[in-house]
Amino acid sequence: MLSIQNISINYGTNEVIKEVDFTLRENRIVAILGANGAGKTTLLKALNGSLRITKGAILLDEKPLESFSRREIAKKIAVVAQENETKFPVTVLEFVLSGRFAHGGVFGWETDNDLQIAENALEMCDLKDFESRLMNELSGGERQRVVFARALATEAGILLLDEPTANLDLSHQAILFRLVRERCQTCNSSAVIITHDLNLASEFADQILLLKRGQVVANGTPDEVLTAENLQEVFAVEVFLDGHPVSGKPRITMSY
Amino acid sequence: MKTVGHNHPEAKIRREQSLSSGASHDPHRFLKIGVGLVILLILVLFAAILLGSEKLSFFDLSESQSAILFDIRIPRVLLGATVGASLAVAGASLQALLRNPLAEPYLLGVSNGAALGTMLAIAFFANFEFLRPLMAFGGSAVATFTVYQMAKSRAGMNVERLVLSGVIITTLLSSIIVLLTSLLDATKLQSFTFWLLGDLSQATKNGFYLTLIVVVFGTALLASQAKSLNLMMIGERDALDFGVEVTRVRLIIFAAAAALVGTSVASSGSVGYVGLIIPHLIRLTVGSDNRLVVPFSAIAGAIFVVLADTVARTIIAPRELPVGAITALIGAPLFIYLLRKS
Repeated sequence: MLSIQNISINYGTNEVIKEVDFTLRENRIVAILGANGAGKTTLLKALNGSLRITKGAILLDEKPLESFSRREIAKKIAVVAQENETKFPVTVLEFVLSGRFAHGGVFGWETDNDLQIAENALEMCDLKDFESRLMNELSGGERQRVVFARALATEAGILLLDEPTANLDLSHQAILFRLVRERCQTCNSSAVIITHDLNLASEFADQILLLKRGQVVANGTPDEVLTAENLQEVFAVEVFLDGHPVSGKPRITMSY
Repeated sequence: MKTVGHNHPEAKIRREQSLSSGASHDPHRFLKIGVGLVILLILVLFAAILLGSEKLSFFDLSESQSAILFDIRIPRVLLGATVGASLAVAGASLQALLRNPLAEPYLLGVSNGAALGTMLAIAFFANFEFLRPLMAFGGSAVATFTVYQMAKSRAGMNVERLVLSGVIITTLLSSIIVLLTSLLDATKLQSFTFWLLGDLSQATKNGFYLTLIVVVFGTALLASQAKSLNLMMIGERDALDFGVEVTRVRLIIFAAAAALVGTSVASSGSVGYVGLIIPHLIRLTVGSDNRLVVPFSAIAGAIFVVLADTVARTIIAPRELPVGAITALIGAPLFIYLLRKS
């Protein structure tokens, strides 16, 4: 469980996150929505301690996040960041295996168990034949799936995903969201997802956090948060809302 | 998106290729490469000791020949090996740390920092020989840190910024070195010019012992960080997210690289491009895993500089070239090729 208590983050004198407060419970998916520059990525970076907060506190399993080493945090929280290109010929398997770093010693080689876990993660992400491909030769979408597979390979209970579907085709978007949900339902995991796809958020998230200039405008279930007024306030656009034909969740249609 | 089936011949080829770049797949192959490199190093050392303007064998030596062999030839060849290993290992780990295959001690100004430190020690504390490697270490540490700070921006570090920062610091240090050289007396000038280009002809036993100690400990230290470097090589943020104590690893790498470059420059000047050529060749052979790249670079770097120095002292015998001229002749074109490729 991750408890975010009234945190603020400053870049210099500029306060980019203001008094954000929410709790990430087990089996839950929280989506963070907001316009560009609203502070979504900044907030996500703070959640695993890779960015220092200025005010407030973050508790991981009821203990302050700062009291954990990087290694301990990495075992509990996995990150899918916006993609990162490497100039070295790193293979897909090597890349995914790096997700096992926190589980092994600082020295030495990965175990057969690590290898097995990495291969399973690749298979889940429909990347079975990609093992020996080089990361810098993959397409953007393929690379994004590998980055996600690496997060799965950590077996961490909490997943932090920053626009994980930005480059994915429809079928792989669905695979990714289904995997995240499956994990949250079966392994007591939870996930925080930044996305610009309001309908995906509506469909998959249990809770939505709507951010505007670093502040939470609305926080609640998709039904509570995804209202025409809220979306008008945050995105300054006119939308039509109706129910999804199958799930009945809010469905957002833009009016241009 | 399964474009290639599991038993499709292409998939099979890919799986086989994975053995050439995979991490822990085939320890035997890597053992073979390691043992092969060590054997090659031993052969090259013997050959280099026997070759030279004065033909030597290990038997039936006259007194003067024995002096050449034990006081000049052997220390020089062994120093070449430790210097080559130092520079290659420093290059390999700086490249992974800075996420840039073009990072190289000589091009980053690290070598020039060490050279300036050494010259200051010679100019002001000529009687305290032990200060030379220490001040060289100080110089390379300051140069490394400055270039790193210059190249860093909020968006991270890119190739252009890093190379430019390296060039700026290198030229700045070079002009200070030239200034110092012109203040020194003229008889020392020729040997300094040689030394600046990287020259093993002043090799001493003490120089060899010092570089040997530093290269053994330095390589062990860097190899111990290789697993962390594998993540740093992908991205600093990634490394932090997945459990690497980034700040500590960075400090260890910078310190170890500065010590390796510092001691080798203090004993033999700035032998350029070794740290570029060798890690590149090793990565082509075994892939990017630093647990292999770091130790293999050490052995291959030793082989390379011993060979280059053998060429340097035999090609126009009895006159000699500085070994740095040979390594630069090979390294500069490779650098251009790599820059174009990135």
